[in-house]
Amino acid sequence: MALLQIAEPDMSTAPHEHRLAVGIDLGTTHSLVATVRSGSTDCLPDENGEVILPSVVQYGAKGVLAVGRAALQNAASDPVNTVASVKRLMGRGLEDVAHLRLPNELVHAPGMVQLTTAAGSKSPVEVSADILKVLRQRAELSLGGELVGAVITVPAYFDEAQRQATKDAARLAGLNVLRLLNEPTAAAVAYGLDNHVQGTYAVYDLGGGTFDISILRLSQGVFEVLATGGDSALGGDDFDRALADWALAQTHSPELNSASYAQLTAACRKAKEALTVHPQADIVCAVANALDLHLTVTAEQFAGLAAQLLHKTITATRRTLRDADTAADELDGVVLVGGSTRMPIVQKAVGEFFGKKPLCSINPDEVVALGAAMQANVLAGNRNEADDWLLLDVIPLSLGLETMGALTERIIPRNSTIPVARAQDFTTFKDGQTAMAVHVLQGERELVAENRSLARFELRGIPPMAAGAARIRVTFQVDADGLLSVTAREVGSGVEASISVKPSYGLSDEEITQMLKSGFESAESDMVARALREVQVDADRLTEAVNAALLADGDLLETADKTNIEQLLTTLKQTRDGEDTGAIKDACDAVSKATEAFAALRMNRGISKALTGKTLDEVAALPSSSAKH
Amino acid sequence: MISLSDSYYQLFNLPVAFEVASDVLQATFLRLQAQVHPDRYTSGSDAEKRLAMQWATHVNQAYRTLKEPVSRAAYWCELQGQAVNAEYNTAMSPKFLMQQMEWRETLGDASSLAALESLQKEVSACRKQTLGKLAQVIDVEHNPVGAAELTRQMMFVEKFQKELNHAFERLEG
Repeated sequence: MALLQIAEPDMSTAPHEHRLAVGIDLGTTHSLVATVRSGSTDCLPDENGEVILPSVVQYGAKGVLAVGRAALQNAASDPVNTVASVKRLMGRGLEDVAHLRLPNELVHAPGMVQLTTAAGSKSPVEVSADILKVLRQRAELSLGGELVGAVITVPAYFDEAQRQATKDAARLAGLNVLRLLNEPTAAAVAYGLDNHVQGTYAVYDLGGGTFDISILRLSQGVFEVLATGGDSALGGDDFDRALADWALAQTHSPELNSASYAQLTAACRKAKEALTVHPQADIVCAVANALDLHLTVTAEQFAGLAAQLLHKTITATRRTLRDADTAADELDGVVLVGGSTRMPIVQKAVGEFFGKKPLCSINPDEVVALGAAMQANVLAGNRNEADDWLLLDVIPLSLGLETMGALTERIIPRNSTIPVARAQDFTTFKDGQTAMAVHVLQGERELVAENRSLARFELRGIPPMAAGAARIRVTFQVDADGLLSVTAREVGSGVEASISVKPSYGLSDEEITQMLKSGFESAESDMVARALREVQVDADRLTEAVNAALLADGDLLETADKTNIEQLLTTLKQTRDGEDTGAIKDACDAVSKATEAFAALRMNRGISKALTGKTLDEVAALPSSSAKH
Repeated sequence: MISLSDSYYQLFNLPVAFEVASDVLQATFLRLQAQVHPDRYTSGSDAEKRLAMQWATHVNQAYRTLKEPVSRAAYWCELQGQAVNAEYNTAMSPKFLMQQMEWRETLGDASSLAALESLQKEVSACRKQTLGKLAQVIDVEHNPVGAAELTRQMMFVEKFQKELNHAFERLEG
């Protein structure tokens, strides 16, 4: 059940009340929180007026010591207990992240690496939750109430494990996740709505630890993601490391331990930042008994070191353009997002590839959080005339099944617009086979082992038949939130099995509940009161929705049906003010059930309107009707 | 009243044909999604949310089918009761098969961007020509059997195009 705004028990939620919702950019290097207030979208500052929260957490013996700027300042003196770039560890195993050479003590754990700190073992999910908690508190203080929910951004190229880890972190921080939104899409929304643009745009998003490229088309108030791609393990950090490795080689320095290496990369980051405005910069780094380094790097030398990394981004961009069925010179513009796009070499490479000057008029640090806030505002139900826009997103990675020979059969290809459903028929390969294993996979590779395993389940009770006689229809459904469910059904007998896919490497529901319980000081009675409030808020929302529907389309109903619905609404109103959580739920269910047919009639009316309404104007406004080949 | 069992052409209010005005198709798609997408029903009843999800899925499926010429041709054939059955029916004209073999050989030998680009030109020309034929067979001759065969050919061409894309990606590194 969602965590919803708590009001005084005798106060009913007024219709059209503004629901507090935020957008959060949970970044590799820094994080931000933004919201829409009286029509304007802003990043929320802390008590010192800073909107940027460095994504750094320092742990002491008793738990969190510091989050943000204070933790960042302590990184050099307490490298092992200070966690930075935790985003690169989300949903990743030890073997995936060893090359990062982080100064922390990383240990293997099933599914996801863990960090050993003075406060004990910490999962990257817990570290991210500690960052999110600070942002949540900042928002609640600033907005003066509990949040209905948050839209949290993730790199478009994050896989299911990384997404699930992000959702878990949000739940652990007490946030209701309205949606995970892809970062370049969020940026496009903020940019597009701000500038009222139309056309096809590329969003090139180079952050601290990830690279994303998305191609979007904006028209008729719809943001349509045509394709998205990238590299979830390539970012500004890698430019720092390239510079550090070069500096070590230049000075014939000995191998460094991870903590000293972290200090060197920090020095290199400073030099990299200096190179955005100066033709050359100094790298100065002294570590007792390990390193005493002082050398100058020119912009030209740095460009040479970065060429390989930039080439990787351009290759991913080419593939994504092909997926979008478009070409670099057909685009109306390219938008730069992410702090790493401040590097002149990045702007130059992107400009040359697309043959046009990239747009970077918006603050690349804030734009993602701003877009997320706009989407959060709509999803929280605060839509008004100015928010009459829609986002059509895609799945970033293909989804499929394991078939004979450990090969992957693709069911839904990457870049399919969601929601999407696809079915494919399979058969048995042995005589009398009564069960079939279904192994759900994510990724673009042929071999099962090279893709990510999302879930496994079995369809049992298939009637014994000759090999090849059974017809097993496997259906994949991805909803608008990107959540996948898989159903397998033997067509002849109707036996069925299904699963809602949740990767096995995230935290289990029990673990989350346990962590939440130990975090909350709330007693049992608080939980009961909270459950009652939640169901009351649900009841109010349902009442509001049905009343609005009756007002708009009540003429579609027979008088008897209308009277029935109105009576059920009255019953709901009476039960709602009581304290019987179960009774309120039942009354809600009764209203939902009685309005099913009405909802279908309304949907039909809406579709008919969409088909006939504005057709003539719009067709006339289009340049010419060309045949599609 | 429109229902989930109506044809994709009915849903998009378009004549049943191979030639489809892509800008009208896209404009209708956006208008339909603006009406049915689940994000429009975040404060709605559960019934509304379920319906929105069903319809949005259906509209996406219909759009994808009608947007791509090969899936559109296959869908047209299906509506005429002439399933394309690509997995069972692999009979192809010898001339077409010869060409496919030649392409594969050229692709196997291609080691430069120029060689791939030259092959790409040939594939694009073949694709364009076959699409022209499909328009003729469907919109002028109304011939489902001929259309099904051309559609199967187009499926081979598309599959080859994918392999060609992979080859480009490998060379571009």
